[in-house]
Formats: sequence, C-alpha cells, structure tokens
Amino acid sequence: MSALTTRLRGKSELGIAALLGILGAVVLWDGLHLQTTFSQTDPVGPRTMPIIVAGILLVCAVLLAVNVLRGGSGEAEEGEDVDLTHPSDWRTLLPLVGAFVLNIVLIDVVGWVISGALMFYISVWALGSRRYVRDALISLALSLATFYGFYLGLGIPLPAGPLEGVL
Amino acid sequence: METLNLLMQGFATAATPMNLLFALVGVVLGTAVGVLPGIGPAMAVALLLPVTYNLEPTSAFIMFAGIYYGGMYGGSTTSILLNTPGESATVITAIEGHKMAKAGRAAQALATAAIGSFVAGTIGTALLVAFAPLVVKFAVSLGAPTYLAIMVLALIAVTAVLGSSKLRGFASLGIGLAIGLIGLDPVSGQQRLIFGQPLLIDGLDIVVVAVAIFAVGEALWTAAHLRRKPMSTIPVGRPWMGRQDWKRSWKPWLRGTAYGFPFGALPAGGAEIPTFLSYITEKKLSKHPEEFGHGAIEGVAGPEAANNASAAGTLTPMLALGLPTNATAAVMLAAFIQFGIQPGPLLFEKEPDLVWALIASLFIGNTLLLLVNLPLAPMWAKLLRLPRPYLYAGILFFATLGAYAVNLQAFDLVILLVLGSLGFAMRRYGLPVLPLIIGLILGPRAEEQLRQSLQLSGGEISGLWSEPLAIVIYCIVVVVLLLPLIIALVRKARGGRPSTLEEVTMGATPEAAEHHAVHRSAGTRNPQDTENATENKEKV
Repeated sequence: MSALTTRLRGKSELGIAALLGILGAVVLWDGLHLQTTFSQTDPVGPRTMPIIVAGILLVCAVLLAVNVLRGGSGEAEEGEDVDLTHPSDWRTLLPLVGAFVLNIVLIDVVGWVISGALMFYISVWALGSRRYVRDALISLALSLATFYGFYLGLGIPLPAGPLEGVL
Repeated sequence: METLNLLMQGFATAATPMNLLFALVGVVLGTAVGVLPGIGPAMAVALLLPVTYNLEPTSAFIMFAGIYYGGMYGGSTTSILLNTPGESATVITAIEGHKMAKAGRAAQALATAAIGSFVAGTIGTALLVAFAPLVVKFAVSLGAPTYLAIMVLALIAVTAVLGSSKLRGFASLGIGLAIGLIGLDPVSGQQRLIFGQPLLIDGLDIVVVAVAIFAVGEALWTAAHLRRKPMSTIPVGRPWMGRQDWKRSWKPWLRGTAYGFPFGALPAGGAEIPTFLSYITEKKLSKHPEEFGHGAIEGVAGPEAANNASAAGTLTPMLALGLPTNATAAVMLAAFIQFGIQPGPLLFEKEPDLVWALIASLFIGNTLLLLVNLPLAPMWAKLLRLPRPYLYAGILFFATLGAYAVNLQAFDLVILLVLGSLGFAMRRYGLPVLPLIIGLILGPRAEEQLRQSLQLSGGEISGLWSEPLAIVIYCIVVVVLLLPLIIALVRKARGGRPSTLEEVTMGATPEAAEHHAVHRSAGTRNPQDTENATENKEKV
C-alpha cells in the first residue's frame, strides 16, 4: 500500500470537504456568470450574495480538509434508537433507498396506493420485520387511508394510476 | 390594556370548537412525537406542513403550537422512564428523573415535570404577551441596516455558539445559504443556480428541504444504526405528588422559569444552558444536597421548568422579529412563508388575529397538556413499545407523501432523496443541521436587507453601519466569534482553572459528565468527547 492511501484511510470525511469545495465552486461560477448592470436602485446586484456564500463554502472546505488531515473528526449524531457501536448498516440502508427510488419511478405510473404501499412494505422488511402478512395488510391500509384522507379531507388528488375509477 | 383586549380576542378565536380540536390534536401529536424516539416537534411540524396547505392558517398554527409545547412534555417522559434524553435540553431531567424512577418514584418525577412544565409554560407565555409587543414597538423603528445586523447575529450565533465544532457549523450554514440562493433573484429577476432546469426556477420548496433534512435524513441515519435490543422502560402508574413533593418543587419551578425564558429569547440561547444553570442552583440551595445524584425532586422540577420556559422565550423573537432560534421555530417560520404571511415586526400589525389567537392557544394548549399528560402517562409510556420498523418506515412514508403532495411532481421526491442523503451524511460527519435550516430561511431575507441598506446609502458600504444599534450588534457578533479565544485567555490568566461558564457548559457536575459519558456509546470515543455536554443535539 502506498504512503498516500495509508494516510487517507479512515478519512472519508474528506469527501465532505470535497463536496463543500465543489458546491462553493459551482456557486461561484454561477454567480460570476450573472449579468450585472449597475443601477442606482440596486447597487449590490445579484452577484454579491453568491460570492459571499461561495467564499464561506470554499473557506470551510479548505479548513475542514486541513482539520481532517490533522486527525480531527466530526462526532456522529446520537439518538434514542441509535447504536453507534456498529458501523453503518448498508444492508438496511440500500434496500431502504431502493424502496425510495422505486417509489419515485413508479408513483406517476401505478399511482400512490400501489407505489406507497410497496415502499412501506419493502422499508419495513429492510428494517427487520418478518411478519409478511401483517406488514402487507398494514402497508395497504396506510396507503389507502392516506389516499382517501388526502382526497376527501384535504382535496388533494394523489395519483390513482391504473386503479383510476376503482378507487 | 390594549394588549389584554387583543389577547381576549385571541381567546375568542382560539376557543371555537374547531380550533380547540386543532389544539387538542396538536398537543396529542406533540406529546406522541416527544415520547417517540427519532421524531421530534420540528420534524412533526415539517411533516404536517403539506397537509395544512388547505387549512385556515390560524388553525394550522394553533396545531403547530400544540406540537411544540407537547414535544417538551413528551421528552421528559422518555428521559425519566428510559434514561435516554432525546434532546440535550432533557439530559439534566434524565439524571435525577431516572434515578427517581428507579427508586420507585417515577410517578412523582413525572408529576413534578408535568406540573412544572405547566407553570413555566404559563408564566413564559404571559411574559411573551408582556414583552413581544414592546419588542415590536421598538423593532418597527429600526431600519434595514439594523435588521441585517440582527440577522447576521442570529446566523453567527446559531452557528458558532451551539454545536461542538464551529467549522462544521459554518459548513452547514454555507450549504443552507447556497440552497437559499436557488431560484430567481427577487430584485433583478435573474436565474441563480438553476442549470436550465425549469422546475428549479421557483427555488426549492422549504417544506421539501425541511422534510428531507429532518425526516428522511434522520430516518435513514437511525435505520443505519438501529439499536437491535429495545431498551427497558420502567413501568409507571398515574403521576401524583405528596405534600412534601409540592413543598420541594414550587420554588425550583419558579427559578427554572426565570432562567429559561431569557435564554430562550436570545439567538442561540437555547434550552441547554438554562437547564444546567437551574440544576446547579437547585443543588446549591437544596436542603437535601446529598440526594442530588440519587433522585432529588428539585433536580427534575427546576430544569423541566427551565426547558419549557425557554420554549416560550423562543417564540418572542420568532413572532416579534421573524427570527428563529431553534429548529421548531425555524420550521414554523417556514410555515408562515408557505401561507404567504411575511414574518417580522409587522406581523403583529398585519395579522393581529392570527398572532393573538396563536398566543391564546399557547395558554389553552398548556392546560390541555396538563390534562392529557397527568392521567395518561402510563399510556404514553406504552407508545415506546411501537415496533421500530413501523416507526421509521412510517417516517419515510409520510415524508414522501408530504413532499409529493406539495406540487404532485415526482421531481420533488428526487430532491427529497438527494437532500435526505445530505442529511444522512451531515449526521454521520457531525455537521449540525440547524445552521442549514436557519441559513436557508434567513439567507434570502438577509440579502434583501443588505440590498435595501446599500440602496438607501447609494452604494456606500458605510450604509451598513449607519444606525447606532447596528454597530452595537456587530460588536456583539465579534464578541461571539472571539468568545472561545477570550475564554482561553481568561483561563490562562487564572492559571488553568476553568471559568464558571465553562463549568456549566461542560457538564457542571461529575454526575452530569458521567451520565453523559455513559449515554454515549461505549465504542469509538476520544477523550475530548466528554467535554461537549451541551452540544446541540436537539431532537428534531
């Protein structure tokens, strides 16, 4: 292993610094491309704020990178249900994100009732529940209840998809 | 007198059957989210924002106020019965409260927390009634430069004072400000950070951002680290207090209130410092100092009162100046914007009905909370047994639903996922989320004031400090920024002894520090961890 990779081990937080840097650069680039015509009514112009924000981001990116390389690290957030003794559990996280993405893809095609129920069902499974029948019933009940609740109670028509006319 | 009349009108609006129902729904929901792990009042209000689109704003805010106060009550229940303070403000409650519960005095601990919260909430709201109009009267005479200074102070204070790493706080602030830039520049009409994507022209919906950062980020983060063994709760009967308990509780309640309100009203004052201060005071004044650390009732009564009084304090700058100082106030401010109501000192003038009904509903909600909490405490404790897969899948489900319902477009869900992942990463790497939300909300308004200030001065940069108060505030900003340096110098001069303030913020007592250390997971821990007893771990 080269010296560089050894030094970078466990420094995934540098990714945050990189993210801040990229974000700062984008904000700066976008800000500099704005047209400014000096006018008496708006001497500040639309560019000033983006440049300030980009400055904050870029300075933070550099300082954070230095901080991390010197051994600093942010403290992961705690919570009542959070157990930090084990690392991030990707086997829970990936199916959860998968269910979320599936919902994004499906919601306008098959409607909220089906896609919402599907998302809840997969999420519950990913989080460790193995009561397949009860989970399915709860998923369906939730998505149906919210569909009708939004339609009748709030007047917001969620998409019904192929069930249009049935519901 | 005029204030009283307005307040009475507020009561008339808030006491209609429909609004009473909303208040009840609010306090029940608030208590539930306070009790439930992983979900707090800010997230609850954010999740409900889309649902309230079609409601009367007054009713919606009455409900939000109930959620805000209710969350405070619910939080103390978990601390006492479970010893897991979900928010830093209830860390202290957990110290003595859980000891009391273990000693079989859970009923008294819950009772003194609930009644103390009621007393503090009521006095705090009365102080809000007294002070908010004064602040408004003063604030309407201020010009753009002073407002800009106040906003800068709020942004810097929230970022630099709270949280354990200032650097990470400013990084979070920068991200929030950048998100706030997206959309059309309100003055010149030019597109900023749109990248040719027409759906971005109106900017990101604050609702979607808040739901993403608070709900999706939190649910994903907790899911990745889900505690597989549920913690054991202490069974509890109906809360009650004996004569002796009353005698030992009423003074701490009042003293806690006196600490809580002013700190809540300060930008970045928060609820943590006054609860610590209250705890130390009670320990000093107690006739039974030996009981502290083993379940002293004063140690629950005082901090709980301080906690709730600070909630009332927070509403003062929120309503009078449009300045949010914690996450829930920030989301409520986002709600004002969503309803097309301009927050700021003119709020009292333009929307007197709404403001006074909201304030009246705080009194009503507080009373409802006492009625809901005292007899129903055993039921709330049962809520802790809700299977976690349902809880976190439910948060994701309702987050998606809410964000989608705003515009009925799947694109918002993409943004929800992207920003939710950002929220996850921020929790993983210790970036506080509060500066992001405050930056997002105050950023565009600060820019507006900046442009107005310089417009008035014809582009002269000195226009920024053309008002005396603005200069004073910028001096405070400098002090806030240099505070750590000053403390270090003072400490050096004193020969290494930590100052009193430092003692407070570092966990005041051995028990607090020990408790904090115990509460932290036993895994990877570096020694400086225990120093940060008051990081801003506000449950959202």
